[in-house]
Amino acid sequence: MTAQTKSLLPILVAVALLAAVPLVTASNVVLNFLVVALLIALVGQGWNLLGGYGGQYSFGHAAFFGTGAYVVAILQVRYGLNAWPAFALGILAGAAVGGVIGALAFRSGLRGSYFALVTLAFAEVLRIVASVAPVTGAGVGTLIKLDLRWQALQFQSRVPFYYVILVLVALSLVLIHVVERSRFGAWLVAVRENEDAAAALGVDATLVKIGAMTLSAAITAAGGCFYAQYYLFIDAGIAYGPWISIEALLAPIVGGVGTVLGPLLGALVVKSLGEATKLVAGDAPGLDLVIYGSVLVLVVAFAPRGIAGLLTDLLRLRRRTRRAEAPAEAGRA
Amino acid sequence: MPEPLLRVDRVAKRFGGLLAVDQASFEAPAGRITALIGPNGAGKTTLFAIIAGFLRPTDGRVVYDGADITGLPPHRLARRGIARTFQIVQPFAGLTVRENIAVGAHLHHASRAEALAAAAAVARAVDLDGQLDKPAAALTVAGRKRLELARALAIEPRLLLLDEVLAGLNPSEVRDMLPVIRAIVARGVTIVMIEHVMQAVMSLAEHVFVLAEGRVIAAGAPREIAADPKVVEAYLGHGAAKRMSGGHGVSAPSPLVGEGRGGGSS
Repeated sequence: MTAQTKSLLPILVAVALLAAVPLVTASNVVLNFLVVALLIALVGQGWNLLGGYGGQYSFGHAAFFGTGAYVVAILQVRYGLNAWPAFALGILAGAAVGGVIGALAFRSGLRGSYFALVTLAFAEVLRIVASVAPVTGAGVGTLIKLDLRWQALQFQSRVPFYYVILVLVALSLVLIHVVERSRFGAWLVAVRENEDAAAALGVDATLVKIGAMTLSAAITAAGGCFYAQYYLFIDAGIAYGPWISIEALLAPIVGGVGTVLGPLLGALVVKSLGEATKLVAGDAPGLDLVIYGSVLVLVVAFAPRGIAGLLTDLLRLRRRTRRAEAPAEAGRA
Repeated sequence: MPEPLLRVDRVAKRFGGLLAVDQASFEAPAGRITALIGPNGAGKTTLFAIIAGFLRPTDGRVVYDGADITGLPPHRLARRGIARTFQIVQPFAGLTVRENIAVGAHLHHASRAEALAAAAAVARAVDLDGQLDKPAAALTVAGRKRLELARALAIEPRLLLLDEVLAGLNPSEVRDMLPVIRAIVARGVTIVMIEHVMQAVMSLAEHVFVLAEGRVIAAGAPREIAADPKVVEAYLGHGAAKRMSGGHGVSAPSPLVGEGRGGGSS
């Protein structure tokens, strides 16, 4: 079990550091920034499971984010359900949407850019439907009634919200860590690396990919549920808009696809860049997208394995130089 | 003669206008090595792909262990005990050797620790145990061939389809590989191998089927096959057998110049 605890260490350290932030500062600006960054980390972690580990690049994770958000909102507003069970049902609904889209896409054998386009299409269809269907509030959107009690999953201060999203992120980190060391994870990575070879070894590639998409959608939907509770308002453009699909893939790609901590790292970096841009250039519309685009190009060109990949390369380089200095040293982590 | 574990019954495969496999039939007795040889483009790999479920035959059927398995998907066949290697090696390039083999081992071992242990054991059987933590992409050609073999073995197959595992190896590497293959059969695994390295076919296989232009043109023990004029012609072209047997005869009619190896029809 020591190996297990050792491999959990980076997750524990990251979560402990983040958990300590409210003890150091009570600044709403800082907390709000971190809540948004962690929300993107969570959404990105969902994308990472399917894209990073499974090699299936989705361009439509908004479909799951939006479903989570709408289910939480609608169940409370229209059916008077309590926020907590609504939250859980939102995650389940997102997972179901993921399973259905996954089954349709993967059973028809869609791969690569075709898969990406189909996910984008599904998200856009949902956005258009949500912008006209009465149950979603159509163009007006849905407003969750203000009720600042923990029973309603609403809080006066940002600190409890911060801890809620931190717990969700921590759970997603542990979940990915468990998947990484499971049979399902080994099969998922095998499918990413070579689908034919995986099939020859008894891996049902279609089933594995559908499973990954379902789990991925559940994680991203949790982000949508949180969004609805945090802002108490959603409309079609927010819930199913392409912005969240982009954030979902940007964070893990910048941070390091197929790594446990990649999406968290990436979300913090991307959001910091976004804030820095705002400080320098004000609120020029679309400027953040320009920055995101440039960052994406730079990462793909110079650090295809993201920040996490860069860090491991640097560590290895340092170890190698140290080994060159002291040839007796042996072993690798 | 033991019962055949695998029976290919008049299998045909058509790709548009090309008949890649034409009514091919052969049997692989349990616990033996059966070889499938033939010139390039004879349809050997296509036939393998059909047996392993990667292609659906246009006609005919494949019987394995007494059951018709024609058209079942590859992962189902793997679960029934049919493993294959790929002629063009297909490693999981981003993973280490150990992780590569563990993917196969996971078929029968749900826990990661058990799968990794099983992978290490299989690696020992094919002499890869010194390279377990290397990335698969860093292996030599011989290493990659061994990895193909190791991964296939990791699913604990009853029938192993080897598609040119010796191709691209130098003579000493081939020599090292022969005992590995013999040891696999000694453990009770049935092997069907496509092979161009004749030295290996002669020393390993008990029964050889010769495929040319999609048809089985000859079958028998390796020695008989090597002497079969039809086989020589399939490889070297129409009239080659005659040329070779009567090559030194002064009065032998000069074979037609320029008739390539395209002939071979009988």
